[in-house]
Amino acid sequence: MNRFAYVEARLNSDESFVSRDNKVKIYDGDQKTEFEEGEVVLTTHRLFWGRPGEIARAAVALCLPLSYVISLSEETTASNFFGRKTRIIMHLRPPAPDKGPGPLDYSRATHIKLSGKNGLSIEFHSALKETLNARVWEIALVSDTIINKPASSSLGSSSSNDRLARIQKRTGIGGIERNLEAKAKETDENIALAFQDLSVLMAMAKDMVGLSKTISSKIREQKGEISDDETVQFKSYLMSLGIDGPVTRDNFTSNTAYFNSLGQQICEMLLDPIEEHGGMMSLADVYCRVNRARGLELLSPEDLLHACELLSGPIRLRSFPSGARVLQLESHDDDVVALDTLEKVESAESMAVEELAKQLGISLLLAKERLLVAERLGKVCRDESVEGLRFYPNLLLRQE
Amino acid sequence: MTDFQWPWEYSFPPFFTLQPHEETRQQQLKVWTDLFLKYLKHTNKFAVSIGDQNSPLFHNESLKRRLSPELIVAILGELERSGHASPLDKRRQEWQVYWYTLEEYGNLVYDWIQETGQTNSICTLYEIAAGENTTHLDFHGVDEAVLLNALRLLEEKGKCELIEMDGSHGVKFF
Repeated sequence: MNRFAYVEARLNSDESFVSRDNKVKIYDGDQKTEFEEGEVVLTTHRLFWGRPGEIARAAVALCLPLSYVISLSEETTASNFFGRKTRIIMHLRPPAPDKGPGPLDYSRATHIKLSGKNGLSIEFHSALKETLNARVWEIALVSDTIINKPASSSLGSSSSNDRLARIQKRTGIGGIERNLEAKAKETDENIALAFQDLSVLMAMAKDMVGLSKTISSKIREQKGEISDDETVQFKSYLMSLGIDGPVTRDNFTSNTAYFNSLGQQICEMLLDPIEEHGGMMSLADVYCRVNRARGLELLSPEDLLHACELLSGPIRLRSFPSGARVLQLESHDDDVVALDTLEKVESAESMAVEELAKQLGISLLLAKERLLVAERLGKVCRDESVEGLRFYPNLLLRQE
Repeated sequence: MTDFQWPWEYSFPPFFTLQPHEETRQQQLKVWTDLFLKYLKHTNKFAVSIGDQNSPLFHNESLKRRLSPELIVAILGELERSGHASPLDKRRQEWQVYWYTLEEYGNLVYDWIQETGQTNSICTLYEIAAGENTTHLDFHGVDEAVLLNALRLLEEKGKCELIEMDGSHGVKFF
């Protein structure tokens, strides 16, 4: 209660009215006081309490600066006849030393309560909460110091001009226009900053393209110096870097047309790599290769599979009895594969799947399928032991 | 006893794995059945136990290859189909294996009886299998249990009659 001071009930320049309530009494801590049946007025900065009519006349009233308030809480008590009523409890900071004279000079209580016959109105309560959260008084305080600082450092003479400029900037249509202008300028700068990195990247991209071109032309010129193997490899890297105009679903109305042209593109793209890989490529490899070449226009595994199923050209989809699926050159038939595999096995006397995979540079899956094909045609036979699965030339049949 | 002559397949590792390729498997089983009969004849045995994993027949030590029980059963099954083996227990773990089929044995014995004019006389099984008069014949040294089975077959054809005497068998040929 000793935080209150006697002040004339007038609004300051930057202060504004927020809410009011009637028939309010103040408790000092938990003690009742003589301040009953009064009117409270809440402004952005302060809380006034006065006898009815006093505040309207701008007479001297009790005033509590809101900066004293630490927090709000409430307490609900039984009202005489009307159920319950709510009291507001305001927890306060200790009084400032330069506080003006008030109704009480000394109080041990660190909180006050506002109460009425039927409690305080909900509107007032919520207005109080919001006002305390907004902390308008603090903003005024801060901006005051900011305004005053440069003024005091420039020896006072320009302080009034400065203030005038500031006022000019803020007021009227001109002020609004100036504001808009400043904002637009700021946005511009932000965008420029954001795209700075991008333009660097674009400049780099040009270099990168140039670099890759020179490399490829160098390869062409120096074919003798670099081994054929490396050339082929590098070329395939360059080629697999991208395909122009990937087929996408958006361009087609029917699924069949989409899959057909997708299949065609896959076929064109993979013909060379499959030949290099000995005529077969597992679907997993196909999927990776196709999607890497497509860049952002990624394919789903289903779409790829459907497209592959429709392939009828030089490449076709083949499912092995084991369930493995590969794309295979049409010219690449089992007899040839079996004989080829037998040759490899014969020259090594016996062979495990890993050895064949390593020798041919193909995946284990494909190597196994090759051996199984050869086995199905009776070219090789198997030996299963603790050492693992090995394949031998089929001497059992041949010696007959 | 001279060393047994193993066929070349015995030192070919895939020989010990049942081949999935149909034709190869047939050939493989044929070689194995021959080998079984030859080996058992060589060692003068008429019974095979699948559990006997250490027999050189099932286990090539230098090659570190072993016949799997499944493959042994497949081989014995093949022998059974050709009339050279029959299981002794329901779990098909113990097998009787004959160098000749039971019918062949029966005929061999019957031919000998007729040649030597022993029809209508009674002889013991021991006389037939191990007697001095049969040393030069193919059925000499035959297991008595096998011989008994062969004679039962003859009995069914009405060519002889088996007589049981004090737990051992005698036979009368017609």
